[in-house]
This record gives sequence, C-alpha cells and structure tokens, in this order.
Amino acid sequence: MSDEPEAAVVKRFLYVNRKAPHGTVYALEVLEMVLIAAMFDQDVHVAFIDDGVYQVKKGQTPGALEMKDFSKTYRALEGYGVEKLFVEQESLTERGLTQDDLLVPAEVISRAQMATLMNSMDVVLSA
Amino acid sequence: MKFAILVNEGPFNHQAADSAYRFARAALDKGHEVLRVFFYYDGVLNGNKHSAPPSDDRNIVARWSKLAADHSVDLAVCVAAGLRRGITEEVLAPGFRITGLGQLVESAIDADRTIVFGD
Repeated sequence: MSDEPEAAVVKRFLYVNRKAPHGTVYALEVLEMVLIAAMFDQDVHVAFIDDGVYQVKKGQTPGALEMKDFSKTYRALEGYGVEKLFVEQESLTERGLTQDDLLVPAEVISRAQMATLMNSMDVVLSA
Repeated sequence: MKFAILVNEGPFNHQAADSAYRFARAALDKGHEVLRVFFYYDGVLNGNKHSAPPSDDRNIVARWSKLAADHSVDLAVCVAAGLRRGITEEVLAPGFRITGLGQLVESAIDADRTIVFGD
C-alpha cells in the first residue's frame, strides 16, 4: 500500500470571453470562475475573442459608470498560476487594436489557431 | 455519459433556461447521468420560489423542482451570484441548494461533458 495520495484529476479548462468588459456582467463573473478553477489546480486557459478583447485593453476608466476597474485583475492572474492568456488576432484587427493595446502579456493567435486551442480542451466555458 | 450543465441566464428572459432544462430531460430519458445543474449569473433566478408565471405559460422554476424530485438531479445555485441578485436560502424553490463556484469546477472535472447554456 502506498501512502501517496491518489493523483488528482487535472483537466484543461478554457474560459472564453466574448463580451465587452462593461455593459453586461459577464466579464466580471467569468473572472470569478477563472480564479476558482485556479484554486482547484486545474490547467486554466483564458481566451479573448470578439468584443471580449476590450476586456484586456489598456486605459480603462469605468469609474464614471460606477463600475469597478477589474481590468487590474487580469494582470494579477499570474499570481494565481493563470498564465495562459490568448487573444484572437482577427478580433483585434477588426477593432483597430494591436498587441500594444493590451494590458497583459498574452499570446495573440489566429482564429484558426483559436479553433484548434478550443478543440484541445476538456472543458470550454464561455460568456 | 455523465453531463454537467451550466445555466447562465434567468428564466423567461432568455431561451437558455428552457434549452438547459430540455437538454437535461432528454439526457436523463436516454439513460445518461446529469451530475449537476449549476446556476450562475442571472441563472440563479431559476431557483426563485416566488416566480409565478401566468397559468397558460410554462412554469420554469417548478419544472426544475420536479426534475430534481423525479431524478435526484443536484440543482446548485452559486452563492456569490445569488447574493448579488437576492437569491438566498429563504427564497429557494424545492430541490435547489446554495453552494460555491467550486462545485461547478468539481462537476466539470467529474463529468464527461460540460454543457453551457447562455448568451
């Protein structure tokens, strides 16, 4: 009999952000899901596509909307072991943005690569 | 197959709550297992016992309660999302319970497929 604990299951999780940071609550509550999955030591990936790319745009000042500037949290994700961030190139280009506009170090990948990434996951949660 | 289901929208405002229910029902009818239905975002409103639609409309909340009674499906409401929206123990319909987001991660780990219903 081994005293080793049974190896915990680690799944590949992908959280897909598709919506602008403000206007709806989706972005904020996805962040809460991401942090919890990280606490469970899962292999967490976070993607930003469509208007979701605005979530990681520099220079957000949502105070006038009486909203918290939770964009800071994306920079703190690294401290929770969440380092695999992906931004879709086409979504940036369509919105006149480039990698220089992003407030986090993220890997910019093509739409086709995003599809491959999604396909390689065990669990994909989007909002 | 073992399914975990995530419901991200409230009842009546969005088809997601209906689709999630119909998916769960169909899966169970086919002999699959539904490990947990987790309610997040406005989805927590699916557990509000004070929901009282007109009698000629489907009763979404009662429908979930019956599913839980018939098949012992775990209807889990996120505590943080619920608190924001006034969904607490006192207003829960039968079969629902309040729990943490950790239970969503746990069911996604245990399930063969996690299906998200939302906008």
